[in-house]
Amino acid sequence: MLRYIARRVLQMIGVMFALSLLIFAWLRALPGGPVDALLGERATPERRAALRKVLGLDQPLPVQYLKFLDNAAHGNFGVSSAVQPGTDAMQVFLTRLPATMELTGVAIVLALATGIPLGYLAAKRHGGIFDNLGVLLSLVGVAVPVFFLAFVLKQYFAVDWQLLPLNGRQNPDLNATRVTGFFILDGILTREFDASWDAFLHLILPGVALATIPFAVVFRITRASVLDVLDEDFVRTAEAKGLTRQVIRRRHVLRNALLPVVTTIGLQVGGLLTGAVLTETVFSIAGLGDAMNLAFQQKDFSVLQVLIVMAATTYVVVNLLVDIAYAYIDPRVRTR
Amino acid sequence: MAAMNLNRKKQRVDELAATTGARVEGNVDAGGIKDAEGVSLLASAWRRLRRNPAFLIGAVVVVLFVLVALFAPVLTGHDPSTRYLIGEVSQQNNPVPKARPGFPLGGDPVGRDLYARLVFGARNTLLVAVLATLTGFVGGLILGSLAGAFGGWVDSVVMRVVDIMLSLPSLLLAFSIAALFGRASQWSVILAVGIAQIPIFARLLRGAMMAQRHSDHVLAARSLGVKPGSIVLRHMLPNSLSPVLVQATMVVATSIIDAAALSYIGAGNADDTQPEWGQMLGQAQNLIDSYPHLAVYPAICIIVVALGFTLMGESLREALDPKSRR
Amino acid sequence: MSTQTTDIRPAPRADGDALLAVRDLTVEFGARKDPFRAVDGVSFDVRPGQIVGLVGESGCGKSVTSLAIMGLLPKRGNRISGSAVFEGTDLISLSDKQMRDRRGRDVAMIFQDPLSSLNPVIPLGIQVTEVMERHRGLKRKQAMPEARDLLEKVGIPDPNRRLKDYPHQLSGGMRQRALIAMALACQPRLLIADEPTTALDVTIQAQILTLLTDLVRDSGTALIMITHDLGVVAGMCDEVNVLYAGRIVERAARHDLFADPRHPYTYGLLGSIPRLDSPRGQRLNPVPGSVADNLPWTSACAFAPRCSQPIAQCREQSPELVETDPGLDGPRLLRCFNPITKETS
Repeated sequence: MLRYIARRVLQMIGVMFALSLLIFAWLRALPGGPVDALLGERATPERRAALRKVLGLDQPLPVQYLKFLDNAAHGNFGVSSAVQPGTDAMQVFLTRLPATMELTGVAIVLALATGIPLGYLAAKRHGGIFDNLGVLLSLVGVAVPVFFLAFVLKQYFAVDWQLLPLNGRQNPDLNATRVTGFFILDGILTREFDASWDAFLHLILPGVALATIPFAVVFRITRASVLDVLDEDFVRTAEAKGLTRQVIRRRHVLRNALLPVVTTIGLQVGGLLTGAVLTETVFSIAGLGDAMNLAFQQKDFSVLQVLIVMAATTYVVVNLLVDIAYAYIDPRVRTR
Repeated sequence: MAAMNLNRKKQRVDELAATTGARVEGNVDAGGIKDAEGVSLLASAWRRLRRNPAFLIGAVVVVLFVLVALFAPVLTGHDPSTRYLIGEVSQQNNPVPKARPGFPLGGDPVGRDLYARLVFGARNTLLVAVLATLTGFVGGLILGSLAGAFGGWVDSVVMRVVDIMLSLPSLLLAFSIAALFGRASQWSVILAVGIAQIPIFARLLRGAMMAQRHSDHVLAARSLGVKPGSIVLRHMLPNSLSPVLVQATMVVATSIIDAAALSYIGAGNADDTQPEWGQMLGQAQNLIDSYPHLAVYPAICIIVVALGFTLMGESLREALDPKSRR
Repeated sequence: MSTQTTDIRPAPRADGDALLAVRDLTVEFGARKDPFRAVDGVSFDVRPGQIVGLVGESGCGKSVTSLAIMGLLPKRGNRISGSAVFEGTDLISLSDKQMRDRRGRDVAMIFQDPLSSLNPVIPLGIQVTEVMERHRGLKRKQAMPEARDLLEKVGIPDPNRRLKDYPHQLSGGMRQRALIAMALACQPRLLIADEPTTALDVTIQAQILTLLTDLVRDSGTALIMITHDLGVVAGMCDEVNVLYAGRIVERAARHDLFADPRHPYTYGLLGSIPRLDSPRGQRLNPVPGSVADNLPWTSACAFAPRCSQPIAQCREQSPELVETDPGLDGPRLLRCFNPITKETS
């Protein structure tokens, strides 16, 4: 088990190392080169010279790369030129992280809470109307552009029927106290429960929009996996023991069928971030997706750089955690 | 369990490749008569497909889409970039002309025929989707064949690169590529969307080829002294293609949606004289509150066509691999 | 040749003391218009403590028979008729819930592949105790020591450790022993074993069969042994039913069947067992052809195309299962127009 983790960590380091090479090359391939890219076109000559010095652009490429690695290792990716001008790019990332974590958290919980039971039901009624309808719905869910769905939801639920808040993360009139940056958590910590509730209401529409694709994935994997497990001999053994339906479902079918679902959770990270770019833009949520969008449009490459590095890191780390969790719940991997 | 050492996403893709690839190969091996067996495999797949309503619906949608794209000028007498109704737009306060004879869906905010733009939009949508898919396909083909055919350190290097591409959200990857182009154009969109699809193709192809490297027919060819290059091209590649082709069908759908997302975010083609659905949808978002139909029409087109390609791809996969129900 | 025809379906001996009396059991699959009869009017009795064999090739209906008795056939896509009266209750007509209460408690079953028949992600101990929790109302804590004893009884060494082990950590023979332990956990009166040794090594096979025989003899549990291997039957069954294409074609006490097989199919099956005392170089004598050649039972003998000595009648008329001259150890039932006699064999 320990050796397994060690090997995965080594592999992870390899990926991150290769990624650093790619980003290094990418920065130099950007139109105008790294200085324009990092400072923007309107920067003063003094600042350009200073940055050139920091990056070591007067030195040979290998030295430049080492400098780049050194900076990256210290979380130093330069200063934001447009998203939050003058702020350290890493700081931009950190301030915007809670909003995106809240949003993606709601989305993934929603996707699991609906995808798993519906996928199980569809498998139990394999070939029936419910099953076919579910599969069709999951295919449609993938075919609808996320930002369009977000707009439709917003139009009906927020504008026409006024059931839910239009955009943002919280009603600014509440003047809620900020502690961690996680608005729901802040409300609980400061006992401003109405603030928590308001933040939660703000998350519903973007959460639903963002959850569609992971829902479709979880639904279909659960369905396929339950179908496989229902055919297994050990389910027949459990039936032959006369166990109740609930015990068979919980202990024998779901326990085995959910193993592949666990691994898909990790794989959703990339997709969720892509979706977050679009939903955060539609609902004016100042999160990472919104930062990514702004950084791209206004060519704030310091911020874009941080986002690329952190997205890849998150993906790799989450998947490592998922694999470790998997090894923990599947005894065939754990005990050998 | 050795499989656990792999990243699970890779494993799933590889499994898919192995099942589809290995089965084709098994068929070829079993008979020893390549053509006869190959034909019967395709024939039985076709029999299953013909009875599958999902495939039929998907195929009809796809065929209609291609026909509309090909015969766009026949379907409308109007040019998609001419501002027929510009007079009305500038005269009135109401910037979007309503439907009228000759303009079944009315005009767009600058007085062009919305219907004509949708019809001609099919052309560019098809072009962008197919070229982006082709980019991903060819890129994946090169990387995947290199890794799958040679293994060893070539495999390691290629696959680390693919790992990185997999670890980035596709839109972020597309952003990064689009950023390399000074000005966004149709070509930057195609490349950005296409390159983001390379890792999936590469993994699939590598998996399928890996599954064959030690199979009997490859060993037989090797023992007969067939050159390695020829083994790869004539024996391994053809037998690896079926999962990749299935994937390609579905990537067409993803490409259309991704291109729309790029447009929406402002990384799309700014030149709208040659309309594309994703671009139309992206641009319509500013006016969606007052004129939702500007967004709804292209959105419906995108959803229907993307669904058509997905249905076709899914049923193809099922037909080629009866065991999978995914 | 015995042509003693009866107009009623030949009910086997009306034993008042039968533990399980299967009568006219029929299972159809597929469309109502063009059904496939996997089991076609099968009747037999199992007395308490008796070991009864159901023998035949794959596809002859022996497994479907056992699954129908257990109520384990899928709920859709098949039609079951006839009865299987167990201690006065017809199991076929029970509701799902009523059957669930009996399965594992009164009637238990073990299956062919011990690895896939065990849940891979749950420790063995829980898989043994869950059946006791369900039927005997025990708490897991109370059931564990008993599970330990049970594992010991079926010959699993170091049972305390094995309770916490997962199936993949056990050998094939050990897994089958564990499955036997689970089946016997509630002391059922009837155990059905569906090819319990097919997936195991030959040396392990013998051990498992001995264990199974000893256990049922000790506890007085009746056993239905389902197998394609007459060699398995020879060692343990009191009575043997030979099935072909969904119907019983011959039934006799073990010794009678082996010493004096009357149905050409039984004879062929016996010929396919390698014997130490047969002359070297003599070829094994399997039954030629396959079930694909079968004729429909309705108008002929299904076995006729593969039979070594068919007569014209075999293709024109359907043979009935009738009592013929009894063997040394008991009565004999036979479904054949032209049975093997001592002279022809």
